[in-house]
Amino acid sequence: MLKPGITALCALLSLYTSAQAAAAADQIVIGDIDDLSGVYADVQGQGGIEAVYMAIADSGGTVLGKKVIVLSVDHQNKPDIGASKFREWADQNGLNMLIGGSNTGVSIAMAKVAAVKKVPFFAIGAGGASLTGADCTAYTVHYAYDTTALGNGTASAIVKQGGKSWFFITADYAFGTQLQEAATRVVIANGGKVLGAVRAPLGTTDYSSFLLQAQASGAQVLGLANAGTDFSNSLKGANEFGLTKSMTPAALLAFISDIHSLTLQTAQGLYLTTAWYWDLNDETRTFAKRFFAKMHREPTMTQAAYYSAALQYLSAVKAVGSTDADLVMAHLKQTKINDMFTKNGYVRADGLMVHTMYVMQVKTPAESKYPWDYYKVIKVMSGEEADGSQPDPACVLAKK
Amino acid sequence: MTTVFGVPLPAILGQLMLGLVNGSFYALLSLGLAVIFGLMGVVNFARGAFYMLGAFAAYVGLQFLGVNYWCALILAPLAVGLLGIAVERLFLRHLYQLDPLYGLLLTFGIALIIEGIMRGLFGASGKSYPVPPLLQGGFNLGFMVLPIYRAWVVLASLTVCGITWFLIERTRLGATLRAATENARLVQAFGINVPLLVMSTYGAGVALAALAGVLAAPVVQVSPLMGSSLVIVVFAVVVIGGMGSILGAVVSGLVLGLIEGLTKVVYPEASNIVVFVIMAVVLIWRPTGLFGKE
Repeated sequence: MLKPGITALCALLSLYTSAQAAAAADQIVIGDIDDLSGVYADVQGQGGIEAVYMAIADSGGTVLGKKVIVLSVDHQNKPDIGASKFREWADQNGLNMLIGGSNTGVSIAMAKVAAVKKVPFFAIGAGGASLTGADCTAYTVHYAYDTTALGNGTASAIVKQGGKSWFFITADYAFGTQLQEAATRVVIANGGKVLGAVRAPLGTTDYSSFLLQAQASGAQVLGLANAGTDFSNSLKGANEFGLTKSMTPAALLAFISDIHSLTLQTAQGLYLTTAWYWDLNDETRTFAKRFFAKMHREPTMTQAAYYSAALQYLSAVKAVGSTDADLVMAHLKQTKINDMFTKNGYVRADGLMVHTMYVMQVKTPAESKYPWDYYKVIKVMSGEEADGSQPDPACVLAKK
Repeated sequence: MTTVFGVPLPAILGQLMLGLVNGSFYALLSLGLAVIFGLMGVVNFARGAFYMLGAFAAYVGLQFLGVNYWCALILAPLAVGLLGIAVERLFLRHLYQLDPLYGLLLTFGIALIIEGIMRGLFGASGKSYPVPPLLQGGFNLGFMVLPIYRAWVVLASLTVCGITWFLIERTRLGATLRAATENARLVQAFGINVPLLVMSTYGAGVALAALAGVLAAPVVQVSPLMGSSLVIVVFAVVVIGGMGSILGAVVSGLVLGLIEGLTKVVYPEASNIVVFVIMAVVLIWRPTGLFGKE
């Protein structure tokens, strides 16, 4: 009695999966796995998804006669959720390309799935440089920024202006420690020194103890190797305890959404490094205007990168006439990237998209002339200046 | 320079001072929780959400309605307290006969809904609330600069804690309240409206959370998630102090603030778990908490 039942079930299952596969064959599926509800939800979040839709619209809505659709899910900053959802989409929904949002820990877990499932994975929200180093894969493209570029940008600009001694407040997870390491390398290479560092647990709200330690160290620069609300709360505390008068605050990673919520009053004078700013040129302003009409806020650098990544992926698919992951990856690694996000960017052997980065300083309330007029450009860094001219030797692909 | 455990004395003094500031804050937050649990037997997991709403009420008041900080100290707890009363009347009231676990689940659900709504309205990265002009600047204590605002928080918290303790332990109203929790039927028989009493207690407990939110607004980023990380710590504080004990909540709040402050100097990575380690030890040694009665 049991046997026919099982056979029927198997038949049903195979029917189901083949129906899914058939559905997948006439469409191109882009996935987005990001923090949609937690501390990083303003950095990409719904705005990131909107940017992908804009890219699809600009690619004509259909590519190779196939409709382009978007799947998205909230990874809740948990690596296991990110990895298992990625696997599920690859197995059952005919996923062609994945965009990864915030959180280096989650992105490292997803990169491992990309290698197994052979699905191109564009890591955008995450900063950890190990994504194209020890954790690199043939299918990972680290698109918007990494901890190396952030360190090279902010830290070298400040050290060269005389900020030789540093104290770090670091978020106690992969991203924070990689960021601190990158900045430390730059500080020491430029003749500065690090007087101390504390690792604050992720989600700490009261930074006063750590700030007091920073003050006691006598360092000139307060390096904030954290992000999101951790960054906002530590900078707010630094203002309150008067540290910003005696020390130069350095944001190793700050998004325009953070500056907006902190207000210029608190954030003024801050140095930071960014891949993109909405008010750089006419092209960026045009994009920002379209984005603003939908989201009622200016896009962050990573939301702009979401747009660019989806656009470049779809144009690579058009160029090779197929969604075959190896063909698309080969094309991406041979073609210069030119759009409103960057000019003459290129994907290096280890998977890093090398492109121009900007060191910015946050304007004072008096300097800001219109809404969201927040940054002034301190320095434009070439991609090689930001990330070095050679692929990361820790990546197996670089050794070939 | 004098050192204690290899840490310079001024640094220790500074950290103790900050511990006191945070401790008084924990005390204020756990106070309302202890009141609600002690008098109603409800484990109010929505506490963090009401705290967050208090901060947002202050922000909205300042930004859109021209309500300054001092008025917000009164108005925000009032508004959020009314919301608390609505929650009690509409939902919580029906659960008193059931296991406390149901109340916990309900309030937890309410907290998630409120957080979700606020995230939808204000975004995840939150808003900034300025320190009121009168409380800007700091005192130089020699070993550290103490922002005036932080000193004000200590003063305000301890005063509110003192008043609450006095109201419940030393006045006729407090005596009636405590009697109503012991034997509601008997108290009702004396002609006292117990449901009204319970409702106001819940409202007052929620208002205390909102007050803590207003006090916190100038110090931390006002964000939808500001309460969810705090609520767990505050629960640990209440458990250590003894569920329902007001004195226990205040004393353990202060002591844990101090211990957490010291941990941040000695071994920062452990600062977010030290409270829970202490909770485990206390529960093994005294399952009812330090000041628990049963």
